[in-house]
Amino acid sequence: MISANLIVFISLFYVALLFGVAWYGDRQAKQGGGAWLRSPITYTLSLSVYCTGWTFYGAVGSAVRNGLEFATIYLGPTLVFIGWWWFIRKVVRIGRNHRITSIADMLSSRFGKSNTVAVVATIAAVIAATPYIALQLQSVTLSFEAIVGGSERLDTTVAFWAATGMAAFTILFGTRSLDENERHYGVVAAIAAEAVIKLIALIAVGLFAIYGISGGLQDVVDNAARALPSLQEISPPRWVTLLFLAGAAIICLPRQFHVTVVENSSERHVATASWLFPCYLFLTSIFVLPIAIAGTSTMPAGSNPDLFVLTLPLSNDNDALAIFAFIGGFSSATSMVIVSTIALSTMVSNHIVAPLSMWFLSQQGTGRSGDVLRVLLNTRRISIGLILTLGFVYFRFTGGSDALASIGLIAFCGVAQFLPSLVAGVTWQGATRSGALAGLIGGFLVWCYTLLLPSFEGTLIMSADAVAHGPFGIEMLKPQGLFGAQDIDPLVHATVWSIGLNTVLLILVSLATRQSILERLQSALFVNAFRSEPAYAMGLVQRSAASEDLFILAQRILGAGTAKTMFDSAAREQGKLTGLPDATPNFISRLEQELAGSVGAASAHAMVNQTSGGGTISLDALMEIADEAARLMATTKALELKSQEAERTAAQLRAANQRLRLLDSQKDEFLSQVSHELRTPMASIRSFAEILESTPELDDASRGRFAGIIQSESVRLTRLLNDILDLKFLEDDAQRIPSHAIDAERSVDKALEVTEGTLADSPARIVQGRRCGQAQVYANSDRLAQVFINLLSNAIQHNASDTPVITVETRKDTNTYFVEISDNGSGVSATDRDRIFEKMVRGEKSRGVGLGLPISRQIVRSFGGDIELIDRDGPGATFRVTLPLHTPDEAP
Amino acid sequence: MTVRVMIVEDEPYIVESLEFLLSRDGFRVTSQSDGDQAMRDILNDPPDVLVLDAMLPGRSGFDILREVRNTPAVQSLPILMLTAKGQQSAAEDAKKSGVSLFMTKPFSNAELVDAVRRLAS
Repeated sequence: MISANLIVFISLFYVALLFGVAWYGDRQAKQGGGAWLRSPITYTLSLSVYCTGWTFYGAVGSAVRNGLEFATIYLGPTLVFIGWWWFIRKVVRIGRNHRITSIADMLSSRFGKSNTVAVVATIAAVIAATPYIALQLQSVTLSFEAIVGGSERLDTTVAFWAATGMAAFTILFGTRSLDENERHYGVVAAIAAEAVIKLIALIAVGLFAIYGISGGLQDVVDNAARALPSLQEISPPRWVTLLFLAGAAIICLPRQFHVTVVENSSERHVATASWLFPCYLFLTSIFVLPIAIAGTSTMPAGSNPDLFVLTLPLSNDNDALAIFAFIGGFSSATSMVIVSTIALSTMVSNHIVAPLSMWFLSQQGTGRSGDVLRVLLNTRRISIGLILTLGFVYFRFTGGSDALASIGLIAFCGVAQFLPSLVAGVTWQGATRSGALAGLIGGFLVWCYTLLLPSFEGTLIMSADAVAHGPFGIEMLKPQGLFGAQDIDPLVHATVWSIGLNTVLLILVSLATRQSILERLQSALFVNAFRSEPAYAMGLVQRSAASEDLFILAQRILGAGTAKTMFDSAAREQGKLTGLPDATPNFISRLEQELAGSVGAASAHAMVNQTSGGGTISLDALMEIADEAARLMATTKALELKSQEAERTAAQLRAANQRLRLLDSQKDEFLSQVSHELRTPMASIRSFAEILESTPELDDASRGRFAGIIQSESVRLTRLLNDILDLKFLEDDAQRIPSHAIDAERSVDKALEVTEGTLADSPARIVQGRRCGQAQVYANSDRLAQVFINLLSNAIQHNASDTPVITVETRKDTNTYFVEISDNGSGVSATDRDRIFEKMVRGEKSRGVGLGLPISRQIVRSFGGDIELIDRDGPGATFRVTLPLHTPDEAP
Repeated sequence: MTVRVMIVEDEPYIVESLEFLLSRDGFRVTSQSDGDQAMRDILNDPPDVLVLDAMLPGRSGFDILREVRNTPAVQSLPILMLTAKGQQSAAEDAKKSGVSLFMTKPFSNAELVDAVRRLAS
């Protein structure tokens, strides 16, 4: 029998030793030394916080009860570290890039820096982990009582002092400051030391069991089947479930996430841990069976197999080894509790208290330097105390019951609810905030309902009857047999339902909802963690703020000293020797990142936005870092643009096609017109020629008249052909008309003279209105005269009036020369107005060659002028020719 | 009794040659150059044969053709249509509208007189 005082003394001495190691580690880190603190070995040893008092003692108990099943608890993490080390490395990279402070922060940051996600995750983590902490207190108490041979009932004073001691340690070394990205070198040093001690203790007991009690390895193997009949029993569903849960726990347990990601000082350490940590687990598990076999073989019936690690040396009077084993178990429990409370208190203070205190402090008006820092540090201290108190209270009221014994796996299943969101968060850009929330909440509620509440065996919320037969006797809702599931192990049942629902909700809701811009940005940064620079370096978020305001904010959260150091270095990077750095978008983002390392992504984002205003996210930059999915999105967008472009092109083509078809029909009409114009005189010519030929008896007068008709129609034909060729020439080579500075009035005169010459026996007459007398233009006088002759003869020929009167007027203003030729005919119908300048189109009611107007317009346009049909009061049509006046000094 | 032929055509020289040819062959020939007036004349005093130009000022030859075919009193009037537009479609249109015979300008005098003769009998 060992005296309680000795054990207390040794425990205190051990705790003092831990304080010493932690203090030394902190001091070394502060002085910039202590390379061992940042070594991969220390990192790997700190991961062993996975092996708690529950595993230290309970693994043997589990082996006795369930055979090899205990090994799954070690195999799960081993598989993850060997097979999924890339995933861990990615999470670590993201954690470093984004200054992640906890698993809740990780999820929050990924899903648009959502505080809701963080709060949900924090609450879930606290609920899942508090009983787990109670379990550690129980293991300390049980082991203490076993070693001092105390009373049957659990002595809560041991647990109370153990809890107090751990709280003191955690507060002292876990909440020294908020900066340095939540790294606690002292704590890490202490738990690394504990990792070594608990491993050596377990190995020592194991060797003692093999060689001190069992008589060698061969003996152990021989006894195995008889001592542990359950070795043969393997339940595949339970094995798979346990492997899954243990694998999930190694990254999802808040304390595991804390040591693996938050405390990580170098990504390379993951590579070392990927083989070294499995080795550690292997060594931890290898002696479980020999101890279990030796225990069942030699210990009296009815002894608690959960305490064989301790009672085997005790009953064999090896007190020193028993004390060492006790210290090993104590180590396992304390390291777990310390890291858990640090992780949980970080979550509580960053995600629940920080937003509240931000609101509270903002109500108070201007803040003082370091006030937020102080509030948060105090919060963290208080939460540590509260969480341990909670654990203690939990232990006090449920201690010794089976409820506690199974809480380890229950906690595993609870934290495994983080897994779907975590995996989706870093591998699937499409996962949305709503999806993650739905999955988390759904999975967590199912876990509570199917596993946590039933574990209280009717003492909390649900009655024993409700657990056994479903609430209100509804069998379908039986917590351990949902929807008719029967005879399924409760853990398997709860895991399948909760993780299943969690995953399904996450996927379906993600597919059904859209991400905010910030979420999209974060998702791209997370999923492409290896391909993108830190977000602040890319200027993704465009915000502006006064440097002074930012400095005040930084001082409030980081404290004056740290804030000044950070701002000074940023100013130097910007090339400023004095004063504050410019508040560039990059700097603001970097500050946010820096603050996120202290208060979490959501709070940091909210705080910085409060100072800088919302800001915008640069979509271009976002696109740059986008992965295949986003690239695909970009491509799709580009394709959309392209197809829009194609549509525009198609529209242009349609328009062009329509124009072509119009041109084609105009061409048809032109040909048809030409045909008509050619065939009509040809018909007369042929007809009269045949008459002349076939009518020898024809009188001379008729003969002469018919020959005259043939002759004049031939002239008409020739003129038509000339016009067609002329128009063709003008269309192709309008620029080649030789032009000079001429007096356009003389061309009008010439046209009048020629036209009047043809009017000898016609009733038509031409009236000259006002004339300007002289107008210098740059043109060809013959061509210009041709235009006026055309217009005049059109006016005469297409005039239905009995006494056609054509009026000619000319005038000029500063730049332009005008010629207006009006007639007293029937005018031009509205439908013809637009068409008469087209080739071969004549007014519906008019006769004659249809090329005059197109030719005239072509000519005038080649001189820089135009012909138009203008509206005039009264009957008849008025054509107006305009030409630019030519000033001699002006180059043509 | 002499057969009366009405020429609806706006080209004076063609009217002149047609009048010469048809009167020489013994027809009584009248002519009209405006479509609207021609339609009125047809209804007032239907000729025995109508020689119709397709393109006329006012009502076109096609309009007259359709109107004649839709007017019971003159429905069966034999019509020879002349056109200077050389397209096939014009001939088809005319056939659809119920033309009796269709000729393209320039025409052979003999063929034209022969056509009128056939329509007259």
